[in-house]
Amino acid sequence: MTDTILSVKNLTLDIPTGSGMLHAVRGIDFDLNRGETLSIVGESGSGKSLTALAVIGLLGISIQRRADAMRFEEVDLLKANRRTLRNLRGNRVAMIFQEPMTSLNPAYMIGDQLIETLKLHRTVSTEMARQRALELLEKVGITAAESRLGQYPHQLSGGLRQRVMIALALMCEPDLLIADEPTTALDVSVQSQILNLLGELRREFGLTYLFISHDLAVIEHLATRVAVMYLGRIVEEASVADLFDRPRHPYTRALLGSVLTPDPTQGVPETALGTAYPNPIDPPSGCAFHPRCPLATAHCKTVGPRPLHSPTGRVECHLEDPESPLFKGDTA
Amino acid sequence: MLPFILNRLGLALLVAFTVSFISFSLLFLSGDPAAALAGETASGEDIEAIRRLYGFDRPMLVQYGEWLFSAIRGDFGESYYFKLPVSGLIAERLKVTMTLGVCGIAFALLTAVPLGVAAAIRPNSIIDRIALFLSVAGQAMPSFWFGLILIVVFAIQLGWLPPSGANSWRHFIMPTIVLGYCAMPAIMRLTRAGMLDVLNSDFIRTARAKGAGEGRVLFKHALRNAIIPVVSLAAVQMGFMLGGSIVVESVFALHGAGFLAWESIARNDLPTVQALILVFSMFYIVFTFLADVLNAWLAPRMRST
Amino acid sequence: MTDSTDPLFREVQGPSPAEMFKTRAMVHKGLLFGLSVVGLLVLVALFAPLLAPHDPHAQSLMNRMVQPVFMGGTWDHPLGTDHLGRGYLSRLVYGARVSLMIGAVAALISGIIGTAMGVAAGYFGGWVDTVVTFLINVRLAMPVVLVALAVVAILGGSLTVVICVLGLLLWDRFAVVMRASTLQVSRRDYVAAAQVIGASTPRILLAEIMPNIFNNLIVVITLEMAHAILLEAALSFLGLGVQPPTPSRGLMVSEGKNMMLFEPWLVLLPGAVLFVLVLAINLMGDGLRDVTAPEGRN
Repeated sequence: MTDTILSVKNLTLDIPTGSGMLHAVRGIDFDLNRGETLSIVGESGSGKSLTALAVIGLLGISIQRRADAMRFEEVDLLKANRRTLRNLRGNRVAMIFQEPMTSLNPAYMIGDQLIETLKLHRTVSTEMARQRALELLEKVGITAAESRLGQYPHQLSGGLRQRVMIALALMCEPDLLIADEPTTALDVSVQSQILNLLGELRREFGLTYLFISHDLAVIEHLATRVAVMYLGRIVEEASVADLFDRPRHPYTRALLGSVLTPDPTQGVPETALGTAYPNPIDPPSGCAFHPRCPLATAHCKTVGPRPLHSPTGRVECHLEDPESPLFKGDTA
Repeated sequence: MLPFILNRLGLALLVAFTVSFISFSLLFLSGDPAAALAGETASGEDIEAIRRLYGFDRPMLVQYGEWLFSAIRGDFGESYYFKLPVSGLIAERLKVTMTLGVCGIAFALLTAVPLGVAAAIRPNSIIDRIALFLSVAGQAMPSFWFGLILIVVFAIQLGWLPPSGANSWRHFIMPTIVLGYCAMPAIMRLTRAGMLDVLNSDFIRTARAKGAGEGRVLFKHALRNAIIPVVSLAAVQMGFMLGGSIVVESVFALHGAGFLAWESIARNDLPTVQALILVFSMFYIVFTFLADVLNAWLAPRMRST
Repeated sequence: MTDSTDPLFREVQGPSPAEMFKTRAMVHKGLLFGLSVVGLLVLVALFAPLLAPHDPHAQSLMNRMVQPVFMGGTWDHPLGTDHLGRGYLSRLVYGARVSLMIGAVAALISGIIGTAMGVAAGYFGGWVDTVVTFLINVRLAMPVVLVALAVVAILGGSLTVVICVLGLLLWDRFAVVMRASTLQVSRRDYVAAAQVIGASTPRILLAEIMPNIFNNLIVVITLEMAHAILLEAALSFLGLGVQPPTPSRGLMVSEGKNMMLFEPWLVLLPGAVLFVLVLAINLMGDGLRDVTAPEGRN
């Protein structure tokens, strides 16, 4: 039995808007085992970032959250009060964000922000917290760490700020690190440095990552398992090797850019995702992916697929479902 | 930083110089200051005598030069009415006005900032609506009328406070409220908008993700960022308020510089009026200069792009 | 080019800006309140001779300080009479003319000055901008009430003088807002396009810039109208604005002040009417800003 540190069952997130209820997340399950890196991949609007925020209870007050179960180790996240959640955040569950440029408080020095995190959760002297901050800044590859402590965020580049954010997240030696698109806003050359750093830190500190991204190249680099989200559903989940070698859901294949040949006589569709992302307030009927799916049939428009579990993962598609009239067998 | 300060200082001096010229020229708007000073019943000889006495027979620019040169040394001439040096008169009266201005801005900040913060925490809540109502009403309220209502209620009906005068701190309560209420709407709106903006920013999410409690998030992380533009607005408002104290001082018969201005205008006491316009302008210029410098000093840290 | 009545075009484009404006305006409570009160007061001002039960200047020593009807007076003078026996209702009705005229004309004068300065500064930049910005700074440094009082006192208080002085003093906000709007608009592609095809500068200013900053101009006009009305009232209250017997609200408050101890309504009524008028104009201005630029709220 593997050691599951985060478990989410049937999570639903609804956002009331002026033009109706936005079903941002529509019943998703996932488990995260210690030492693993689960990557949630999807386009913007798929609900992946909200899922991450829901885990640490940082959703806006207007967002309605429902779930059958949500556990972090021994803590029931559904029943936890604010104090329990606060003790968790930044301490055992840390988070880094997409926008390093704006994620640090411009009014405080780097050192103060790092020290604050440790002091929120540990009874330590300022001097000890400072030592820890220094140590971590060096660990995340910041040179002249001593002088950086006295600098303000605007004096640092985006890459450096993201390193500071990572150091900030590691201050209390968390078990779980949630990273929401941590490299998206960075230059390509800096991206790979940060990814390598995250990989090294995982080995060194035995971290577990929940890694949110839209970029498959990034995911291939870092993830051990991948969950593909589309319009608030996890449509496929598999180990990173399986997913890249044998994608099963048409959406995953479209993301991977693999050529789809639904019917050789009709030629090859150039891009599978030609049409626009659907409106989450009014999701398509049946399988939500059908308007953009090159393989969709009339059946897909009316009946939603059910999740199919297998030892290596799961998928939600009629074409993979042996009981569905559209079942095509194992070969895609 | 230093070039910026020097630049602003140069600009402030240039503005002050221009204002001094305009306030001096006001004297000549009537065409003949000597005739205005002599009064309607004066004979031609009287007017001529006054003209020579006050030097109105010389070219205007010469008079201005002399006036400015004395003004820089703190000599604004002699009041036509009080027959005393204007600078001494103003200095004495400024105590009351400065007290009123400081109390007024303190009152405005102490009410507007907490209200603005509370309104931003819960947009569209009851508190937000009350704050909005107070600020909309404050912008439409004629301050002389508001002052009179306070006098009717608190001085006449309830008898709690003295209706006029400046003998004790209790005399300053109502004028402070009236003057402070003028500056409140702008400060409240800026605080609310700033807090709303800051509370939606990424670093507030970071603070929450660190495990900081709501109080800490609001006051340590958010307010510190939102308050900076408010401070410089308050400095500018302070400059405005001193200029606006004329109405409040006349309602409550507070014998400050504003009251002096009112008296002097009614009495055609032009040297005093000129000097007061210049003094009030200088206050505004100094306060805006300070606000600019303060902003420049704090702003580089605020730049998050 | 495109035919906006084509259903397909409508489908793609959604509602036109005018329609969106209408929809938003219909649900904006502040704007609706402001518009209706201001509209009502404009009607009152226009039809003052029909609505006022008495001549606002007619004094009557027999009917001095009659109580308003809600304080036990008679319907002959619904809002009572002042210390000279003039009907308060009639004076307030005619006072709407004074307030609205001062607000409208002063805002018009300052609007023309400020818009010309602001647009020139924003469009031409360079030394024009430097000069205009400097003038704005100078103007802001002058204490408005004090300068207006002094000038009115020197030139003699009359409606014309007060309007002109306010008009010449209140252009700063126009200049600031119009300068910023022009700066923003003149960077847009259609202005560059007009410059490229060789349109003359006046043509660009009138045909390309002005229509696109007009919304902001309307908002500033309303706010400055309110400002001018309040200032006139303050000047008249201080006895150095509009002179008696003109039914200015500020003057009425000032006249009522002496009797305030015994008849507080003499002060309360004209002030309240003034307050409601200014409140309505401000709400109208704020509402117009919300409706025309919803992204710029708060």
